[in-house]
Formats: sequence, structure tokens, C-alpha cells
Amino acid sequence: MIEETPSSQPQRRFTFAIRVEPRLTETASWYPALLSFMAIVVALLLGAVIIAAAGGDPISSYRHIAKASFGSLGVFSDTMVKAIPLMLTGLACSVAFRMRLWNIGAEGQFYLGAFGASAVILLPILSDKDTPRWILILVMLVAGMLMGALWGFIPGYLKAKFNVNEIISSLMMNYIAIAWNNYWIFAVWTEGGFQMSRMFDKNAWLPRLTDFSKTVPAFRGLTTHFGLVFALVAAVIVWFILYRSRWGYEIRLIGDNPKAAEYAGISITRNVVLVMMLSGALAGLAGMSEITGVVHRFQERISSGYGFTGIIIAWLAKLNPLVVVVVSILFGALLLAGREIQPSGIPKLIQGIILVCLIASDFFLRYQIRIVRQGED
Amino acid sequence: MTNQEENVVVMKGIVKRFPGVLANDHVDFSLRKGEVHSLLGENGAGKSTLMNVLAGLYRPEAGTIYINNRMVNFNSPLDAIHAGIGMIHQHFMLVPSQTVTENILLGLEEPRFRMQLGKYDRKVAEMSERFGLKVDPKAKIWQLSVGEQQRVEILKMLYRGANILIMDEPTAVLAPSEIEELFKTLRSMVGEGKSVIFISHKLNEVMEISDRVTVLRKGKVTAAGLAARDVTKEELARLMVGRDVLFDLEKKSQQAGKVVLSVENIWAENDKGVMALRGVSLEVRSGEIVGLAGVAGNGQSELAEVITGLRKCTQGVVRVAGDDLTNKPARQGIRRGISHIPEDRTHVGSSPNLSVTDNVIMKKYDQPPIGRGWMINAVLAEKYAQELKQSYDIIVPSVRTPVRLLSGGNLQRVILAREISSTPALMIAVQPTRGLDVGAIEGVQRLLLAQREAGAAILLISEELEELLSLSDRIYVIYEGQIMGEVADGDIEKIGLMMTGVRQEQIEARVGGVAHD
Repeated sequence: MIEETPSSQPQRRFTFAIRVEPRLTETASWYPALLSFMAIVVALLLGAVIIAAAGGDPISSYRHIAKASFGSLGVFSDTMVKAIPLMLTGLACSVAFRMRLWNIGAEGQFYLGAFGASAVILLPILSDKDTPRWILILVMLVAGMLMGALWGFIPGYLKAKFNVNEIISSLMMNYIAIAWNNYWIFAVWTEGGFQMSRMFDKNAWLPRLTDFSKTVPAFRGLTTHFGLVFALVAAVIVWFILYRSRWGYEIRLIGDNPKAAEYAGISITRNVVLVMMLSGALAGLAGMSEITGVVHRFQERISSGYGFTGIIIAWLAKLNPLVVVVVSILFGALLLAGREIQPSGIPKLIQGIILVCLIASDFFLRYQIRIVRQGED
Repeated sequence: MTNQEENVVVMKGIVKRFPGVLANDHVDFSLRKGEVHSLLGENGAGKSTLMNVLAGLYRPEAGTIYINNRMVNFNSPLDAIHAGIGMIHQHFMLVPSQTVTENILLGLEEPRFRMQLGKYDRKVAEMSERFGLKVDPKAKIWQLSVGEQQRVEILKMLYRGANILIMDEPTAVLAPSEIEELFKTLRSMVGEGKSVIFISHKLNEVMEISDRVTVLRKGKVTAAGLAARDVTKEELARLMVGRDVLFDLEKKSQQAGKVVLSVENIWAENDKGVMALRGVSLEVRSGEIVGLAGVAGNGQSELAEVITGLRKCTQGVVRVAGDDLTNKPARQGIRRGISHIPEDRTHVGSSPNLSVTDNVIMKKYDQPPIGRGWMINAVLAEKYAQELKQSYDIIVPSVRTPVRLLSGGNLQRVILAREISSTPALMIAVQPTRGLDVGAIEGVQRLLLAQREAGAAILLISEELEELLSLSDRIYVIYEGQIMGEVADGDIEKIGLMMTGVRQEQIEARVGGVAHD
């Protein structure tokens, strides 16, 4: 940043100066979208340079990625399967972050959601063979969300009551959650000594598209499951809560200016607990849908860091629940395509570059660059 | 400025503008070698702004600065430090977990790699001895009292070779005995040939410590370089608050109704845990504006917060229309028709990134018709915001615009629109016109008078004496958390004296004494 004062400088060295100034006016409504789009274009160009430098052909690599994640109905369906837990954890983080409540514990809440859903069958509370399917799934859904909410409640309550930093406590809760699950997997519900439970009866599985291949042949082999409906409904509900409900108004007000919220007579401590519980419930729902829709048994390593990726997704979506859906699909695609070209390396690299470019593009939302002539202000 | 050589600092025609405010309007200032020069003025008069310009923190839009008769152009605080200027801010910039010496050495070129703390401890000790700044070089900052921390800040500046010290309201955080200590130090530094700029709005201290005084008011100099011994406290008070009544406001005479707000013997602490209110009692009736005069920081904000439920009081009773609201949550007050125009518009009164609509429904969102069960009726909310935008002349492209993009005056209109449209029974208005331009001020004052006619009880807390005089039916004066007295005839001399801590009884005794002579 070059700055020159006009009056007190006897000799002018520069006729023009570049000035970075904070934006004081509102940007046009299309501007943020254009900015994000340009950021992705720039990221892909940067990625292309690196691929070329590594001796690859950028165009064919990109084509391959696109084909591997959106190329056919089959792979698109796989993309969606990856996107479902991301949507839900992304929503979980968006809700909490709206209130500037840094819930880093979506991963643990995801695990507890999976535990809650599995416990219904494995304890057992309901038999997975004889209970009507819809009742079974509904009970598992509620159990998963409740366990997630409980896991969110603990750091929320500690924060509200004793002002314990929720970043630390929710992060630590992740490890407890994994260890808790492992106890049940290894010690209680193990099937023949393996670190997994028995397979659930098909009655307890979330319906998948392929289950309907008898009536619609095109659905054969498509594994997209009913969790997608959960995620989409959840996105709409969260959007509704945030932008149309009294509670959402309180959340947004506390998030933007807690002092103003207090001044308006809103209880912050109560909302800290409630929002952590909602956030946990959403992440728990992600765990439940992953167990009943994909894994079909209770086992280790059910998440490839969905809870943490949810944090990134929430930020990229600017905490907008509907945009979370779109960003999650993009991330699902990258996760899937990643494995197609290379186990790690280039795809992860491109992911990273996109992320950095998107976050960096925010700069242009907050600042404008002006070229000024000397003496003019 | 008779003797040019004496001046170590000369500032000429300094102009500094902030969005919507002209903080310094062609201000001239000069500082002589070896003097304590006070910069007096109310909050928001532009004292700190001017000194931040001198310390290189702000860049002025216009004006020139000479240090030791050489024109300078500071691009950063570092440039100012190199020129020998050290500013001690109200909020200390120290690292709590490090020792005094470590804090003093922070950011310096020497020592380079090995800290050699022992050697520098001795240096610091010598220095503190020389200027009478008693502090243990080995002590950690968190172990020190506020007064001691301030000494560390001063030592930090002296160690960097500062010859010109700017002290931004240094006494605000100190206990009386510490103030004495500080003054001793300042005198010894001046004795060593250093120069001190002392920013304050406390008349007693200014009278005690300064050689000369410059008074700022609304960004302009009202008195430049007065010799402190040739001027009285009363004169300074008048220069500081001004007495030019700007507006002819039509204030209908009307009879005040029954008591709406009654505050009895309130004691409350401020954020630092010091008693800020010490037994305040007052009453406000419907249909009257009651002013609360006083220099900032004498407990006004705390009183407003206690009444509106934002601060707990340790003793006393707050009654609104007969209901006991002492230490009840803020929402109960809002329900009973208390509206509150807070002092801090951006940090308390509004939510910067939310839209105008979201900001005007802040106290209505949970009640019908805008709150509808669990939901908020967005259509109605927006319509309501549109109406307010029309009737209160809020200049904004759309009610969906985030309020951080609004000018100060417009933001204040948003807050007033919200607070007034609820037809309050009791209104607590804190500094409602601060930082606004002339036109906006008049608009706000008219709105307050309209509320008075509508039968609201209004407690107007302001540091603008003329505003209090032209709006209020009665004026209480607060000083160090106690009510000094009550004035109904708008006697500015009396108010001025009470603002500096003289009780009404004392004034009356004095007048009575004269009459007897």
C-alpha cells in the first residue's frame, strides 16, 4: 500500500497511488456470487499450472475429475452419498457459527448420533426385524439427534454456566465420543471379535434409490439414500429458523452484537445452550443417516472427518443454510473424484487452492481498491 | 506563541474527519519546552483525536505539524516515537505475563538476542529512581496495580527517549493517592526539561497540574494556551460546555403528571468493580423532561443501565409506575414501556450487520403483530420498517441495508424511531445528540419534546449543558456517583459548580453568607 500525503510533500515521487480502502457502501447483490465464481476460476487456473508443472495435462485431468463426480447418474449418485453427511454437519456448524459459537465438536456429535441410532437396534430397544420400518427409522432418527444434542449440550452448558471455552471443550468431546463408540464396538456389540457390530436387518436401512429399481429401472445400483431428504428438509428448516423465526432472530442478533441482544432483553446463556443442542442434533442426524443409509452396522471409522469438513463448508457457504447444500455437493464431488485420479496429492491440492481462493476473495467484499492521482482525495 | 524557539510542538490548522463527524476543525495547538499543557474538553470534543494525530496514529486531512521547528509528516506511530513523542493511552498496552523490564524492552532493537535481563533491570531501576516512578523491574505486570502499570507505560516511553509525553486521561483509572503520585512524577519530568500534554475533562486536576490550558469544544479551539493561574474554574467550565444556545425550541409549558420513575438510594459498581453510584435518588414524572448533568464518567451510564436492567445494583430500589423493577431482567422493563436510547449507538443500540428492518424490530420481535407465535411476520416487519423510514426521514436505499452503512445521524434516527414508536411511558435518553450535525440535533430534540407532550417521562442524560437547559424542566447534577443538587431555573453557574463537585447546600450557604454581609 503506497500512501502519500498530498499537501505536506514538497516533491511528488509518484503521480498515482494505489489505495486500499474499506468499503463503505453496499455491494450489488450479484457481486458476491460473481466473486465466488471468479475465485473458483482462479483456483482452477492455479491448479492447472501446478498439474502442468508436475508433467500432467491439466485439461484432461479436469475432465477426468468432472467425469468421475458428475459424469453419469451412477457417479453423481455417489457424489450425493458423500454430500449428505457434509450437508448436515455443514448445517450444524452454520447454526452455531451464526451465533459466534465455535462448535468444533460436530465430529463427536456425528459419532454419538451414529451410536444413538445403533443403540436402538443393538441394545436392543426395538427389534430391527419385526418393527414397522417407518417406526424403526423414526425412533432411530430421534435417538441419533438426541444423542447429538446431548453431546452439544455439555459444552453449551459449560459455556453458559462457567464460561468454559467451547472450542476446547467441544473439540475434546470429539475424542471422548470416539472412545465411547469404540468401547461399545469392541466390548459389547462386537460380532465374533471383529471391531464391528452385526449387520442391521434390511428393514432398518434407509431406503435407497436402487431399492426402487423394479419400478424405475434407471435407479439400478444407485446408492443415494433417504438421508438426502433429511438433509434437504433440515436445510430448509434451518433456513426458516434463522431467517423467519423469533429464535433465529435472537441467534442472528446475538451473533452480530451480543451487547445489543442483551439490551433488547434477550438471554444469551439460554441461547448458548439451545443453539449448541440444535447444532449437535444436526450433526447427530448426519451420523444416524450415515449408519442407516450407508454403513448398515455399527463400526469404527464411520466418518472421514465429516464434522471437520462441515466447518469449512459452513464458512464457504457464508453460513447460509441453502448454500451449504450446494457447497456440500461440490465437496462431495471433490472427495469422490479425489480417489479416482490419485489417493491424495493433486485432488487435495485443488481442494486446498479452491478453499484459499474463496476465503481470500472475501477481501474484495470488504475492501475496494482505488487508484488515485496525487493531491486528489 | 510569542517565543518561537520555546515551542517543541506546533500544530497548525489540523483537520480530521470521521464518517459523519468533524472531529478536529482547523485546530491550532502549541507546546512549550518544560511545561504541562492541558487539553480540556468534554467527551467527543476532539482531544484524543488531536493527540492521536500528533502521535502518528491518525493522519489529518489538512494541517501541518512542527516538532522543534521542523515540519514533520508522520506515517506511523513509530515515526512519532523517533521524533520523541510518546503517548500513554487510557488502555494500557502491556503484556500481563511478562515482567516490567521485558515490557519496556518489547519491540526494541537492543538487546538483540540474549536478553541480559539483569543488566536492563538495573537500567530500568535507575530510570524509575530518577523520575520518581516507583516500580519493581522484576515484577510481572499482572501483579501490579493500575497506577503501577501506568508508571510502566510512562517508563516505556521515557526509555524510548520521549521528550514529549501525551497522557490521555491518565487519572480516569487512578485512585486519589495515585493521582498525587502521578502529579509528582509529571512535575519531576517537567523539571528535567520534558514536556507533557495532559488530556482531561476534570477541572480540578487541570487547575492543579497545568501551566497552560487549551480548551476544545466540538472539534474547535475555544481557548488557546490560557495560563492556568489567570483563569478560574468557572471560566474553564463555561469554555468547555459553552453557553451559546443554538436553537429556539418551542417548549410548551405543561404540568408534570404523576411519578413514573422513582430511584431510591442506588448503589452500583462500574465494570472495573469500583462503586460508580453512591446513593443516587431521583424522580421523573410523566410529561416532563428531567436532565442529568455531569462530566462524563461520573456514574451517568451506570445509572441508565441500572434503570434499564442492564446492570445490577448492590443497594437501592428502582420503581417504574409503581412496579418494583430493581435488578429485574431488561425484558421486564421493555414490557413496562421503558425505552432506552443508549450512549453507544454502534456497540449497544444497534446490530451493525443486520438490516434496518431487523434493527427496528429489536424490541418488538417477540410480540404480536410482528412476532407471530414462533415466527416473525417478515412482511409486516418490513412494512413497519418502511413506515418508520418514511416518518423519521431515515435516509437509506432500502430497509434491507445493513445499518453499519448508515451515517451517525441516520443510525441515531433508526434507534430513535425504534424507541419512540413504542410510545414509551419512560424514556432514558443518554447523549441522544452526541456526534450529530446541527440539523440532526434539532430533529432529535424536537422528537424528545414531542414525547414530553405525549405524556412520557423522560430522563435526559447529556454532557451538552445547553441542550439540557433548553430541553429540561428540571436538572439534577451528578458528581462521582452522587447527586449534588437539583436546579429548576436553569442557573448555569450553579450547574457548573455542582459539576465540579460543589454541593447545592454549599452554594446556597455561600450565597446566603454574601447576603448577610
